[in-house]
Amino acid sequence: MQDVLFYIFAALTLVCGFLVVANPFSRNPVTSAMFLVLTILSMAGLFVLLGAFFLAAVQVLVYAGAVIVLFLFVIMLLDLQVEERQRYRLRNLLWGGAASLALLAALLEAVRGRLTLPAETGPPVEGDPGALGEALFTAHLLPFEVMSILLLVAMIGVILLSRKEAGR
Amino acid sequence: MSVGLEHYLAVSGILFCLGVLGVILRRNLLNLYMSLEVMLNAANLALVAFARYNGDLNGQVLVFFVITVAAAEVAVGLALIVALYRKCRTTWVDDLATMKH
Repeated sequence: MQDVLFYIFAALTLVCGFLVVANPFSRNPVTSAMFLVLTILSMAGLFVLLGAFFLAAVQVLVYAGAVIVLFLFVIMLLDLQVEERQRYRLRNLLWGGAASLALLAALLEAVRGRLTLPAETGPPVEGDPGALGEALFTAHLLPFEVMSILLLVAMIGVILLSRKEAGR
Repeated sequence: MSVGLEHYLAVSGILFCLGVLGVILRRNLLNLYMSLEVMLNAANLALVAFARYNGDLNGQVLVFFVITVAAAEVAVGLALIVALYRKCRTTWVDDLATMKH
């Protein structure tokens, strides 16, 4: 059952990921954003299969909930007109295809033979909120606090960047 | 054949390569940015898979931090794109070639 679910979610993730980066039917950024939502939701399914329940919830809340809404908001705000030059350039297609195929070959080769993968050890760790919160607030307290400063800095930076220049 | 770590790593690798393809192929800044998000997610999947098969929760904590940083990064990046659009009235990378000469 778990294996079947893995193949379903993996296929969904990869197909939707392909449609995000190179949709043959539509060049519209909104379409890409919608397929990005599907990619992220199916990846949350993979997280559940891996026992990372809290991360699956965070993935849905933060990515599908906040990040994609931000993307859609900016797409609507900029109101991009549909242009003729949305076709892919052959040169970019060739170089991009060659680069990603080479990278893929290297990665798959590493996964298949060169890497000594850890055998499954003991009972799988469950990433439920309690266990993750305990790890977060004991062993990783300093990075957690640094992360809050990072969010503050990002917020101030965004306010500064998006301010109208008229005040000066 | 039972699903193991290498299956998850293969999915993660393929997804990462799709992101690379998107970054090179697309010429709209917003599409380019979404491809970057795909690559980040692929790395997250690899981290969670390693955490599960090593029996170690620290990988999941790292993914938590990566998601937080990604949220901040998206906010700053989109603000930059909006500021750029105000200045140059375009989001196409072909038009942003002033540093090329």
